[in-house]
Amino acid sequence: MALHAMKPSELAKKVVNKEDLFILDVRTEDAFEDWKVEGENFEYKNVPYFDLIDGVEDIMDDLPKDKEILVVCAKEGSSIMVGDMLSDEGLEVSYLEGGMKAWSEHLEPVKISDLNNGGELYQFVRLGKGCLSYMVLSGGEAAVIDANRMTNIYTDFAKEKGVTINHTMDTHLHADHISGGRALAEETGGSYWLPPKDATEVTFDYQALEDGNTIKVGDTNIDIQALYSPGHTIGSTSFVVDEQYLMTGDILFIDSIGRPDLAGKADDWVGDLRTTLYERYQNLSEELIVLPAHYMILDELNDDGSVQEKLSVLYAQNHGLNIEDEDEFRRTVTENLPPQPNAYQEIRETNMGQITPDSEKKREMEIGPNRCAVR
Amino acid sequence: MTIQTDVQLDAKGLACPMPIVKTKKSMKDLEPGQVLEIQATDQGSTTDLKAWADKSGHQYLGTNESDGVLYHYVRKADEEKAETSHPNTVDNKDLESLGDDAVVIDVRESAEYAFGHIPGAISVPLGELEERMNEIDASKDVYVVCRTGNRSDMAAQKLAENGYDKVYNVIPGMSEWNGDTEKAK
Repeated sequence: MALHAMKPSELAKKVVNKEDLFILDVRTEDAFEDWKVEGENFEYKNVPYFDLIDGVEDIMDDLPKDKEILVVCAKEGSSIMVGDMLSDEGLEVSYLEGGMKAWSEHLEPVKISDLNNGGELYQFVRLGKGCLSYMVLSGGEAAVIDANRMTNIYTDFAKEKGVTINHTMDTHLHADHISGGRALAEETGGSYWLPPKDATEVTFDYQALEDGNTIKVGDTNIDIQALYSPGHTIGSTSFVVDEQYLMTGDILFIDSIGRPDLAGKADDWVGDLRTTLYERYQNLSEELIVLPAHYMILDELNDDGSVQEKLSVLYAQNHGLNIEDEDEFRRTVTENLPPQPNAYQEIRETNMGQITPDSEKKREMEIGPNRCAVR
Repeated sequence: MTIQTDVQLDAKGLACPMPIVKTKKSMKDLEPGQVLEIQATDQGSTTDLKAWADKSGHQYLGTNESDGVLYHYVRKADEEKAETSHPNTVDNKDLESLGDDAVVIDVRESAEYAFGHIPGAISVPLGELEERMNEIDASKDVYVVCRTGNRSDMAAQKLAENGYDKVYNVIPGMSEWNGDTEKAK
């Protein structure tokens, strides 16, 4: 049997379509434990490749005969080795092209909607890490919100759509992934916008995002309104796009809320977080559709692969928006928090321009799941 | 210090899984207790090598990086005898309480010594003991240490045979050492 290569984009379709798949992950147990390809109907077996160097006979009985098998490793080399051995045993298997590294960097563009006056809104779903970024397109122009490090994906997409990226903006200083906002603005000649309160230690020039700013995309006037909403970071800013969509950054997710501790200031910021969630957002139209900067679990993915929900639904269903007691709220968001994201300090320093790791190092810093939420 | 090893493996420029595949192969030809140096450029090789060694019973000693090359050190699993026969022994705590005056001879391999030893300990790998015995002052109390007390037992016997009458085997040794350690520069 021949060994097939599966591209990250093909795997992404399987995740979104909730297909069946058997994943043989040949990384170390620690790596698998920490982070893997998540799929609702995926089954897993983890055997480090170095246990299979002398042969795969021992695991043949554990592999399904009636299910598609994908071998996954960190970069692809080991999965090819193991995949070849399984093929020699007569199994029909694939390996993940580029491994977890490529999976972590894959962005799946999902159209959220057409906008008034002929614009479009796309969500870029980073399935390997749970990061969400956005492109607002209108009248030949585009703005990218919370861009990831892989800027070529946005420039290629803009080219395909025939638009020029004039603005990139970050809702806050990210701690879980390296922002592509500044690099993308440099490449496209656009402006990079950041909330000034998150930018007190940055080493570069930027456009200050202030409460009430309106940024226009295209001559058809798609407005992006900045709404100061501290809590996850002191500068966290939300955007209202085209009067229909609320981009909440890492403040409010579909099934959870932001954590206030990644800059070491949980106790200071918990009050801001509560005010934002329980007052500022309450004053907005309940019809707004929330578009967060992350998702944590597959249940938050809609059938079309997008992550979005009406604000009114979140007020009814999201536990983090329904904690009446202030002390209980404080405890929820400051105690028993999940571990902090891999290399989050270095990631913050990179996003502030204080350190400039090479691309291999950047990849390594982003390895692992994101952990920005409290449930 | 230069780390002396029994065998060197050049896995530079090779991507995963090759560094581990080659390491596994080289390991087969080593005698128990010998140390393999693996030169690799694949950044992932450190974690993988450590996980592999832990699982297969070999001893991962550590990794140095220089000019973009990783130098990994792994010691092949050794047979451990349960009993030692040199009569004079001290335990780790005894040695710790002696402080700086004690002459401590570390008879582990140079790579083991390099990645963590008792400050002031002199490195004399068991295999070099015979030819370097004259470096050890016979008029002093001599404490011999290794990882678990086995190799130091053999070394202590050898020293005793050669007229060292104040030789102590430290049991168990570095595997359970809680005092200060330092790394070789």
